[in-house]
Amino acid sequence: MMTTTYRTCPRTGLQFDTQAESLMRFNAVAAVLSMVMGGLTAVLVALTRWPAIKLLPADQFYQVLTLHGVNMLLFWIIFFEIAVLYFCSSTLLRCRLATPRIAWLGFALMVIGAITTNVAIFQGGSTVMFTAYVPMMAQPHFYLGLILFAVGALLGCFIFLGTLVVAKNERTYEGSIPLVTFGALTACIIAIFTIASGAIILIPTFLWSVGYIKEIDAQMYRLVFWAMGHSSQQINVAAHVSVWYAVAAIAFGAKPLSEKVSRSAFLLYILFLQLASAHHLLADPGVSSEWKVLNTSYFMYFAVLASMIHGFTVPGAIEAAQREKGYTHGLFEWLRKAPWGNPVFSGTFISLVGFGFLGGISGVVLGAEQLNLLMHNTYYVPGHFHATVVIGTTLAFMALTYFLIPALFKRELILPGVAKFQPYIFGLSMYVMTLVMMGAGTLGVSRRHWDMAFAGAPFQYEWPGAAYLMMGIAGLAGVVAVVGGVLWVLLVVGSLLFGKKLEEGEFSARPTILRMPVASSLSAHGGAVSHHVPGTMVLGSVLLVAFVLYYFVNWKYLSEVWPMA
Amino acid sequence: MSAILPPAATNWWKESIGKQELIFIVLALVWSLFMFFFMIYWHINGRQNLSNEKYKTTAAMFSAKAEQMVKQYQVRTETETQIPVVKPPVGSDVYLIARMWNWWPILELEAGKPYKLHISSMDLLHGFSLQPVNINIEVVPGYEHVIKLTPEKAGIYSLVCNEFCGIGHHTMLGRIYVK
Ligand code: HEM
Ligand SMILES: [Cu+2]
Ligand SMILES: [Cu+2]
Repeated sequence: MMTTTYRTCPRTGLQFDTQAESLMRFNAVAAVLSMVMGGLTAVLVALTRWPAIKLLPADQFYQVLTLHGVNMLLFWIIFFEIAVLYFCSSTLLRCRLATPRIAWLGFALMVIGAITTNVAIFQGGSTVMFTAYVPMMAQPHFYLGLILFAVGALLGCFIFLGTLVVAKNERTYEGSIPLVTFGALTACIIAIFTIASGAIILIPTFLWSVGYIKEIDAQMYRLVFWAMGHSSQQINVAAHVSVWYAVAAIAFGAKPLSEKVSRSAFLLYILFLQLASAHHLLADPGVSSEWKVLNTSYFMYFAVLASMIHGFTVPGAIEAAQREKGYTHGLFEWLRKAPWGNPVFSGTFISLVGFGFLGGISGVVLGAEQLNLLMHNTYYVPGHFHATVVIGTTLAFMALTYFLIPALFKRELILPGVAKFQPYIFGLSMYVMTLVMMGAGTLGVSRRHWDMAFAGAPFQYEWPGAAYLMMGIAGLAGVVAVVGGVLWVLLVVGSLLFGKKLEEGEFSARPTILRMPVASSLSAHGGAVSHHVPGTMVLGSVLLVAFVLYYFVNWKYLSEVWPMA
Repeated sequence: MSAILPPAATNWWKESIGKQELIFIVLALVWSLFMFFFMIYWHINGRQNLSNEKYKTTAAMFSAKAEQMVKQYQVRTETETQIPVVKPPVGSDVYLIARMWNWWPILELEAGKPYKLHISSMDLLHGFSLQPVNINIEVVPGYEHVIKLTPEKAGIYSLVCNEFCGIGHHTMLGRIYVK
């Protein structure tokens, strides 16, 4: 066992195992570097799909788009998630990280894998998009890099589980694990399932690319690939929902309205999210309608239900905490008086609202079996998932970083005046971008498509003027979003390099146990939480109404296309 | 105490749930179930459903069928590359090939009449995106997908490829005439 020490952060009271702490820092830095890659390519993609600009030639566009997808969706998100896993286990449970040596090995594998895949894409010959659908073939080291990265991430998941066991055995906390750790556990369990699926499909694909396997069925590939690809989005959801709860707790001292409800909702994720592979196969020949209906709805939409519950309980917890502090006027004083100038809070709230209204609703519509015919492979799809994985996950992670800079990196944030605006710039421009992308997709405009004017085609097709307009706005909003992203990177990197060094706090050889005034009777607890959350009730109702209306608008639209029965 | 600390009550699973929270959960549950059954309802009463008819096939088998159809029902050719225009009988099986980077052949269909459209790919994945009707279907090599389609309105329609299929992806535009 590596010996370690524990640092108690004087600002937050959190206690960091020094091994875990440096692992978190390295993972976070790798995440930021991936974000830099993803951001550079984002601006090129956005400017190429802006019809009036069309920056890159076709080959470079597809290459850059492959880079963008891989670096953003896989590397940025997963490096950050590993840091979150270590935080939610070792730090929140005040316990040493299990087998830090293996954790470093995992990190090294992830870094080597990420670099290998990036190199493969840069060399050309691996312009296959992050989905790498067979039989379009990439260079062997493209797959190899992804496999190494996945194995490294898998090690990280096991370290997380191991740390929970250590904490339990060494009794570093009392009672049940915190809700946020429970959410991270959900993410981790889903991650293990997804990475296994990833291995099942990527290893044969790698062997195929070097000639050991003759053929891989294109439909089977899609089925197994998306068992990884979509389920891994549920890791993101579980992770960013945990971050929302964490921020509500950190910024407001908010406690869950009901531990039972929130934990059950996480449990629903574990039970049903694996089915989501179907979302990508709704317009495919290889699977039956029955299979599609059952799977696309996560068995009767129980996972969607879980997300709706979190969407209610997170603002509900904030409202309850604020009301307790005396912000009880009217429906929304608690929200008006929230710390809107604090990027940790504003980022989280913009993430929450955007994920629910833009990402959530559009995802369910896109994932309804027959409605998918209207939008499959259109620009609606990246519109939808930028609302989930960018507004939801990325923005939540950005917000959390503002908290981690003083707590984990022991630096004062530079330029707080800029930080104040960053979540608004990034988040709101993303709102606009995703909306118009979905608009253009509703008119049929394709995703992953270099030229909506079809130069060189034997025929002509003219998209409606509104589609061109929306593609232009998407380009513009995309550029603004990248500016927001650049600001975030500058603030983070600048703070790490030049921010005022903060006091480290005390070091000790053993962790102090997380002993709290545990009340074993319900009355002590029940008295402390108020369940009176009328403002959240109104917000929740608005969400449901918008959901229902938009859902039926799309069925109406579907009923007008050519009959297919 | 809070979400980042262990729950204060050791028997948290016995806590009661707030009324507003409960109302929201029930509403969300009802809506979830409704959406689930609505898809099934549409299978029974809706007119836009993908059929479950599909076959495993190979590029050679499928292109033989398409060529056979073209030989029988070709009415003319169009464009410099002489793409055949085919007018198959109403209600018949119509074969459409997707390959890098064209749709073959051009179809001429009658408005308001049903057809059974068979699509497959000769090489990679392609995307059948019928515009401006806006019907989007994945085309998978090795699978023959049968789609029942009734073109409703006369006009000139375009087939965009909306699955990335290589450098010529954006030139993969096909045509369907409805008369
Ligand atoms: C910072 C601003 C960003 C901008 C302006 C941007 C822009 C875009 C655009 C325009 C596309 C669609 C290209 C097409 O289908 O033709 C795209 C694709 C994509 N983006 Fe982003 N994006 C940004 C951030 C992100 C982030 C943070 C993530 C992930 C966390 C992400 C993940 C993806 C993925 C996975 C794709 C799909 C790539 C593919 O089709 O293979 N993007 N992005
Ligand atoms: Cu194509
Ligand atoms: Cu294509």
